[in-house]
Amino acid sequence: MTSILTNLFDGVAYGMLLFVLACGLAVTLGLMNFVNLAHGSFAMAGGYICAVLVNGQGWPFFAALPLAFVGSSLIGAAFERTLYRHLYTRSHLDQVLFSIGLVFMSVAAVDYFMGSSRVFINLPSALEGQFDVYGVGIGRYRLMIIVICGLLTALLQLILAKTRFGSRLRAAVDDPRAASGLGINVPQVFAFTFAFGCGLAGLGGALSAEVLGLDPYFPLKFMIYFLIVVTVGGSSSITGPFLASLLLGIGDVAGKYYVPRMGPFVIYTIMIVILIWRPNGLFGRTAAR
Amino acid sequence: MTLALETKGLGKQFGGLKVTRDLSLQVTQGARHALIGPNGAGKTTVINLLTGVLKPNAGRILLEGNDITNLTVHRRVLRGLSRTFQINQLYPDLTPIETIGLAVAERLGRGGDWWRVMGTRDDVNAEIAENLERFHLTDVRNEPTVTLAYGKQRLLEIAVAIASKPRVLLLDEPAAGVPESERHDILAAVASLPRDVTVLLIEHDMDLVFSFADRISVLVNGAVLVEGAPDEVARDARAKAVYLGEGADG
Amino acid sequence: MSASSDVGRIARAHANWHWSEIVFWCLTLACGFLFPSRYLIMTDIVRLALFALSLDLILGYAGIVSLGHAAFFGIGAYSAGLLAVHGVITQPVLALIVAGLVAAVIGFLTSFLVIRGVDLTRLMVTLGIALLLEALSERFSNITGGTDGLQGIEMAPVLGAFQFDIFGRTGFFYALIVLFVLFLIARRIVHSPFGLSLRAIKNNPLRAAAIGVPVNRRLIGVYTLAAFYAGIAGALFTQTTQLASLDVFSFERSADLMLVLVIGGTGYLYGGLIGAVVFRMLQEFFSNITPEYWQFWIGLVLVVIVLVGRARLHRWVLFVPNWIIRQFGGQKATVAVSEGEAS
Repeated sequence: MTSILTNLFDGVAYGMLLFVLACGLAVTLGLMNFVNLAHGSFAMAGGYICAVLVNGQGWPFFAALPLAFVGSSLIGAAFERTLYRHLYTRSHLDQVLFSIGLVFMSVAAVDYFMGSSRVFINLPSALEGQFDVYGVGIGRYRLMIIVICGLLTALLQLILAKTRFGSRLRAAVDDPRAASGLGINVPQVFAFTFAFGCGLAGLGGALSAEVLGLDPYFPLKFMIYFLIVVTVGGSSSITGPFLASLLLGIGDVAGKYYVPRMGPFVIYTIMIVILIWRPNGLFGRTAAR
Repeated sequence: MTLALETKGLGKQFGGLKVTRDLSLQVTQGARHALIGPNGAGKTTVINLLTGVLKPNAGRILLEGNDITNLTVHRRVLRGLSRTFQINQLYPDLTPIETIGLAVAERLGRGGDWWRVMGTRDDVNAEIAENLERFHLTDVRNEPTVTLAYGKQRLLEIAVAIASKPRVLLLDEPAAGVPESERHDILAAVASLPRDVTVLLIEHDMDLVFSFADRISVLVNGAVLVEGAPDEVARDARAKAVYLGEGADG
Repeated sequence: MSASSDVGRIARAHANWHWSEIVFWCLTLACGFLFPSRYLIMTDIVRLALFALSLDLILGYAGIVSLGHAAFFGIGAYSAGLLAVHGVITQPVLALIVAGLVAAVIGFLTSFLVIRGVDLTRLMVTLGIALLLEALSERFSNITGGTDGLQGIEMAPVLGAFQFDIFGRTGFFYALIVLFVLFLIARRIVHSPFGLSLRAIKNNPLRAAAIGVPVNRRLIGVYTLAAFYAGIAGALFTQTTQLASLDVFSFERSADLMLVLVIGGTGYLYGGLIGAVVFRMLQEFFSNITPEYWQFWIGLVLVVIVLVGRARLHRWVLFVPNWIIRQFGGQKATVAVSEGEAS
């Protein structure tokens, strides 16, 4: 019984992490119908920024996290302004080729500068180990992930629901043409959102170094996870990707624990079953129009 | 009297918006039936429902008495329900021979033939040639569609639909955007469609409607407001109000 | 001449052989005699060309973007390897066909997932299937040899007469003949009514359905066919290198393949063949500069190609050959590259 709860807890932590990593991609897809397979590269950038600051410069972990966010979002903004914006009207094939090219370049570049082995970020001792709550093992680090990602999710919901920018963003996702007719500067909204999504991915990358592992192949290894989150979750709201992330996280952890020999196949099975059942994703409209 | 095409209580809604409500149309065999209505009346939705692009939330569609409500788009075509498209949806790179050839090959059940090269079957070739001739496309038969004059493209549009040998043909604004000089060809082609083909014309242009149709249904807010012979509809106060309200003069 | 036979003549004209095609194949054959020291790399190019031809069938002709075409390559590779190791079918040609058929069956089964949904779903499903197969062959390493690869593959002579030699001469001509035969078949198929309907589907699936084309059935058909071709390419890989390891399924293989096709151009069959030659030369060039990081340059090539624009790039690249062809064959004979992919 307690192992079920522990696994559930780990799964939730994993799922929330995936959500923070992938929600930027969902918005990019929903807003501009842009397939950005290089999303993981921005997450990796955040992870390495954090690693360099903490391990190399001796920054405290919690001070480096915001820098991972800022750094990744700046990189994201730079790429959006210089490269991505030229490709919004292109075919999906072009977008796929372009972003795969970026992935390959980022993998080789990080390998060149940082080496190919896995990087560990020095954590404060307060985050190590686990404690028991009525016999359920709660990892401190995972608890922190849940707290941070939970707060971020709530914050995102608030921004989307309550702010002026949020309502503009929702209008632009619903119907970009009508939105620009209403005087909303859609390219600007998109640039902000893209940068913000990259920042979140970077933060996720920094947080995930301990759990998922951080090495130059990160963008390739987790590409399928991001795709599953946005395909299954849809992109008309952030609730869909959130639920999809939780499902994926819990499913993956449970699969690896209970059927270790078949662990990796659990998520593929979930993916295929969902696709047969709901070809256009679990939650409403999918991104591509 | 058999009905060529009939809808019974057809309904479609997007979210909370009812675009088609309780639509019951009866198109008799061999009729020249026009479906008119102001912008936003739901004409496009009706076409999409009839051709199977959209699935209705309620009601049934019957083609010559057979229920086709749940058939896919291409199966309806093979059953004898074809359509033309309003805006240009032809294949820009394909020639008229290829475009018409597609429809002919599918109708004759040769579309899945992967081993014989196009042009080796005489029955297919003969039908392509016949349609090219009938719609005055023989001189441009080997030119890519994108290079054809707009009027020729509209003719090709009708030729492709006829190549499937439909029993019922949905004509979606066949003359829209055609320059005055080429308009005559289109009207002549429409007028000379075989009498055994039932035609449902969806149109904006009142001149074309009143010169062509023997029966008219006026669609407003997704439902039929008035239906009758052209002179009845022309006299009808409600129909006038709809069009006058839209700012068109009588 | 009757109108009907006139239509037939014009329709068939698209399938006629152009002299530049004959020159192309003669040159290819000549390479086999001109560079006897380069059989191994040339065999590699031929295999890659066949694999790219397979992707062109679904990407260039049907508009399906796949991130996991290596799945079928891998199936073919392992099938051929296992058939040889266990001595089930020792005759290479027969084993090749069987391996292709196994891949075709998997292609047929997975096509139902692929044809549903939009581009994004297809990306996920194709990538997912390749990863799934990679994970499976790692899991069942007792059968597949795992990361070490399948050991002890020995090939019987082709058709009982031509022994595989150490210089790769037999391997090269064997692969070239397989490529040529499959190319002929593909060439016939794309000029058939089936091929024409694929072009229509790629351009506008809704319109194709409104003409009476059973869109899903056609896509299932071509996907299965492409899986068969990819399976043969994979089997050729195993038979000519006597090697099959986990990386046959890798994402890099699928992604590189896209680059091959994009370099050569999609939708005219020769794209994959030309692309394979250029890609291998690029790869050689980049590995000589930076052996460990050549992937960076491959990525850069992809990014540049997309930013410049594929269609424009091919106009530049094909400018010289087209200019030559125009001098002899007139305007219409030029090598066409389809512009504007289905989005």
